[in-house]
Amino acid sequence: MANALDPHAAVATVATGETDGTLRTADGKPLARALARSQTRARRRAFLLVLPLLAFVLITFVVPIGQMLQRSFYNDGFSAHMPELSQWFADNPRGTEPDDAAWAALADDLTSAAEDRTIGIVGTRINYDVPGTRSLFTSTGRKAKRGLEPPYRETLLDLDDEWGDPRLWSAMREASTPFTTNFYLAATDRTRDESGKIVQVEERQRVYIMLFMRTFWLSLLITALTFVLGFPIAHLLATLPMRKSNLLMILVLLPFWTSLLVRTTSWMVLLQQQGVINDVLVWLGVIGNEQRLQMIYNQAGTIIAMTHILLPFMILPLYSVMRTINPSYVRAARSLGATSWTAFRRVYFPQTLPGLGAGALLVFILAVGYYITPALVGGSSGQLISNLIALHMTDTLNWSMAAALAALLLGSVLILYWLYDRMVGIDNLKLG
Amino acid sequence: MKRLLVLSTALAGIAMTASAKEVNVVSWGGAYEKSQVEAYNKPFTEATGITVNMIAADNPATPLKAQVEAKNITADVFDIEVSDAIRLCDEGALVEINPDDLPASPDGTPAADDFLDGALQDCAVANIFWGTVIAYDETKFADAAPSSAADFFDLETYPGKRGLPKNPKRTLYLALIADGASADEIYDLLGSDEGVNRAFDKLDTIKDSVVWWEAGAQPVQLLADGEVAMATGYNGRFFDAMVAEGKPFKIIWDGQYMDMDMFAIPKDSPNPEEAMEYLKFATDTQRLADQAKWIAYGPARKSSAQLVGLYQDGKTEMAPHMPTSEDALKNAVMDDPEFWADHDAELTERFNSWLASN
Repeated sequence: MANALDPHAAVATVATGETDGTLRTADGKPLARALARSQTRARRRAFLLVLPLLAFVLITFVVPIGQMLQRSFYNDGFSAHMPELSQWFADNPRGTEPDDAAWAALADDLTSAAEDRTIGIVGTRINYDVPGTRSLFTSTGRKAKRGLEPPYRETLLDLDDEWGDPRLWSAMREASTPFTTNFYLAATDRTRDESGKIVQVEERQRVYIMLFMRTFWLSLLITALTFVLGFPIAHLLATLPMRKSNLLMILVLLPFWTSLLVRTTSWMVLLQQQGVINDVLVWLGVIGNEQRLQMIYNQAGTIIAMTHILLPFMILPLYSVMRTINPSYVRAARSLGATSWTAFRRVYFPQTLPGLGAGALLVFILAVGYYITPALVGGSSGQLISNLIALHMTDTLNWSMAAALAALLLGSVLILYWLYDRMVGIDNLKLG
Repeated sequence: MKRLLVLSTALAGIAMTASAKEVNVVSWGGAYEKSQVEAYNKPFTEATGITVNMIAADNPATPLKAQVEAKNITADVFDIEVSDAIRLCDEGALVEINPDDLPASPDGTPAADDFLDGALQDCAVANIFWGTVIAYDETKFADAAPSSAADFFDLETYPGKRGLPKNPKRTLYLALIADGASADEIYDLLGSDEGVNRAFDKLDTIKDSVVWWEAGAQPVQLLADGEVAMATGYNGRFFDAMVAEGKPFKIIWDGQYMDMDMFAIPKDSPNPEEAMEYLKFATDTQRLADQAKWIAYGPARKSSAQLVGLYQDGKTEMAPHMPTSEDALKNAVMDDPEFWADHDAELTERFNSWLASN
């Protein structure tokens, strides 16, 4: 019996030669269209099934990241509250000396911003680019509320001669459009001079590039350390009989399930100068009471604590891959005359690469964004870029700056991920 | 039937709480929050029937700014530092407060004259003065005890690690004081390149011996662990460790850095009237004096000073432990919020750069 759902039906119609050569189903519809329709239906159903997850990812992940990125280059603190002066900047090209119209626009905008109580927003925005000018805006604003007399240039310069500073005018021009790259410049230790040219900031103000480098270097180091420490453990776990390996596995998992904060503070107890390790060393007579080792509140503290905390992220993917490696390969290599080192190097190790890749990627990306551990045990030399992002979020409340730093961090992680994909191939990743 | 009864009672309960008056206060948590609950909230609820919900934050200015940016204000009163109060006021985020609306002192002095200098801002009213002070472990310096900011930087006479906060605001001034600058020229110096260099040069002399802290609980912990011999920290926290926990700490008032905490009400808060009522109640003479019973922070009103009595243990006289006491004020630097609003970003960057370079 031919049936519309019977996949052979179409072929059957062709065989009877009733049509113009296109494949048709039993009820005479072209097969391609019927197939497309049924596939669309299946796709739609699949889409509906993942819709909740998609919405969740969009709302909690994509939208916030998008807003963060927007904040890093969009700041209308000046342009929205100083409309007339912004208009003057738009009408007159860079290099035009501020004329009477510009000064009048400035005076007008200052007065209305002071009356609307938005002068603080304006001052804060310019203060990011020219430090020390916030109070220039707020104090002039207070006086402007009592009224400013023309000629405005002289009046404003009388109030404070800093109004004549070309660097201030250059910064106001930069801020007169809401879109700005200044936060990215600042995040890479750069600024604009009076003529708007991009220059490096003074050497003693440079901090971000160095911190980015340090973050990447420490993350690489920690990844390498977790590999060196984790590889033998994973191998042991994978080769021991199940009963023993399960017991050992608990020793890996138990700290993994323990709160990050607890583990970090435990390291503080162990490592500090009056801590357990120093006490034991003094008791054993290895070091004198006066030569207690400084193992915490510096880079060493960050490296030790982060390596320990991230170790399970290396061990678990390695272990899951190693379990699946057939031991007879190595035995075969040995029987063919390979030394144990050659057998390891040429037969066993290459098969662990998917696990190693996954572990390294996990550890590195987690390490790059680490915050609590370096904040608590890092001291001054163990700080990472995340600590400065947090500083701008909670202390200086310069969210645009925090967003620019975070965007740079995100961008560089994506580039590394892309490089990894090019060199190792993301298909070779095995997480478990 | 029974279920219906339970349900309707529950609904009635919800309706009740919804209509009951309340005010949401964001403060700093810990012993400070407890002092506010005891001194302000309990009598306020008793007097007015308005419930007070306390919400703790690391720095209430952060959620305040976040709520203003998101245009979704969920709390009514925020306890913030002066510089944040001024900044947010200039940005139009806070309700302006008329000093004439605030209660006068018991002897009739209007609020405008009763509050200490700087304690009344356009949009905020201070409740306490608090100090960042040096404290040391007595047992570490049995022979000769340190007594000044200069001693803090003297590693030879007073060996041991030092605990300092990881920000320029509460470190640079101390370096200048220790270097011989007087308290009233601090901001002139910090406003000039030479002054800032001088401060960093002085900090350089102890940089290798400093343990940097970020949260207020840390310096106390560092001292208690013996990790540092001397540290600067908040006077209330040190007081707590000394009096409540009996730690052998001593406070040095020389080179105190004094700050205020203020109540502010954001625009468009859900309960503006209750918020204003709470703010007035909490900053009257008696309430501010009562708070000192629970924590060693100085009341922001002159008239409260005479009313300050004993600590909650019933035997410790509070007056000498106040950052506003005569001894404590001898060489104190008062926070200059305008200066920090202008120079915070610049000096923080310089400070971080200095910290990170070895």
